[in-house]
Amino acid sequence: MISHHPSDALILDYIAGGLDEAHSLAVAAHLAMCPRCRKSALLAEALGGTLLEDLPAASQDDSSFARIAARISADPAPAPSPHKQSPGRLPAPVRDYIGGDLDDVSWRRLGMGAYHFVVPTRATRSTARLLRIPAGRPVPVHTHRGNELTLVLCGAFSDATGTYGPGDLQEADETLEHQPHAAPQEDCICLAVTDGPLRFKSLSARLVQPFLGI
Amino acid sequence: MYLSRIVLRMSIEEGPDGAADRLSRLLSTIAEKRDQAAFREMFDALAPRIRAFIGRRGADPQSVEEVLQETFVTIWKKAHMFDPTRASASTWIYTIARNARIDLLRKEGRPGFDPNDPALVNEAEPSAFQAVARTEDATRIRNACATLSPEQREVIHLAFFEDRTHGEIAQVLDLPLGTVKSRIRLAMNHIRAALGEDTE
Repeated sequence: MISHHPSDALILDYIAGGLDEAHSLAVAAHLAMCPRCRKSALLAEALGGTLLEDLPAASQDDSSFARIAARISADPAPAPSPHKQSPGRLPAPVRDYIGGDLDDVSWRRLGMGAYHFVVPTRATRSTARLLRIPAGRPVPVHTHRGNELTLVLCGAFSDATGTYGPGDLQEADETLEHQPHAAPQEDCICLAVTDGPLRFKSLSARLVQPFLGI
Repeated sequence: MYLSRIVLRMSIEEGPDGAADRLSRLLSTIAEKRDQAAFREMFDALAPRIRAFIGRRGADPQSVEEVLQETFVTIWKKAHMFDPTRASASTWIYTIARNARIDLLRKEGRPGFDPNDPALVNEAEPSAFQAVARTEDATRIRNACATLSPEQREVIHLAFFEDRTHGEIAQVLDLPLGTVKSRIRLAMNHIRAALGEDTE
């Protein structure tokens, strides 16, 4: 049961195209896990379609259609429908980006038993990564420059704002200083998207931060 | 006299709903018959609006032309994937233009979700939103938009036409983030209510 959903504002950002690729990945993965938010996303998309229909027309360039007609004549075959994926542990948008499922992730050691994997995107100002936090262990206290989105994929974590299980999305802004702990039952695997580097609170964590590469 | 009355009625009925049905029909003709005349008709009806949509926030004319062409080539190639039970034609076309713009102007990908993915978590019952006819939705959404408060309309327009995230909208309007988020939530709830959905 998902209890932490993205705000309407974040869903609108995703649908209207304002979010970059890394943030969009977190929202798309949540939507794959959450029927309620898919409904909101369809609503926002229908709003986009309506607004498009009502836009005042821009002046046309007469040669546009001729060029398009030439392109479709050169390439008349319809695109094949996307193949159906076999079920996996990770939501489809994440599997598409890492080219496999959870067992295919090339984890890199992060220290304190935690691992991470940077998900390749074309976003230039933010980073999407999978985080694996060992059961029962804390993530060092940190604040964010800009926003952080954390989507739980497996296991659970808790912080001062509540408990987050599979499908739950945490939208944190720079005012949130938190110390998430993975739940004791199993390792917690999250998709975390950060705008800038995380700022760790303790001096020792700050000293090792450059070596962790996060 | 009689004839002109019929013509008048037809032009009244060819309102937004008539236009939406026409787009939907054109898309199926393109998909089934690979009909270039239908494609041309769709281009003439939509290209000026799509060009305006792509060209917002001062994109250069050459890039706008490139995105416009990519949008229509994609419509031609993917017309068979349009499903009128899932979205109206204008909504489907909107998503294609948006994605082409992100790909070509921002040089980024746009992760979506595949509705056929078996890992997708489904709800037990079809939502009220899916049950309602799409063209009827479009009319209700249009009417709901017309009755948004000026503040709500402003944030919706900044999101869709100025490419601003809600964080950027807060900066542009010099408002607290929470105020912008709440205006967006109220606007969405206004539209949900117009479609007979539960508000959040």
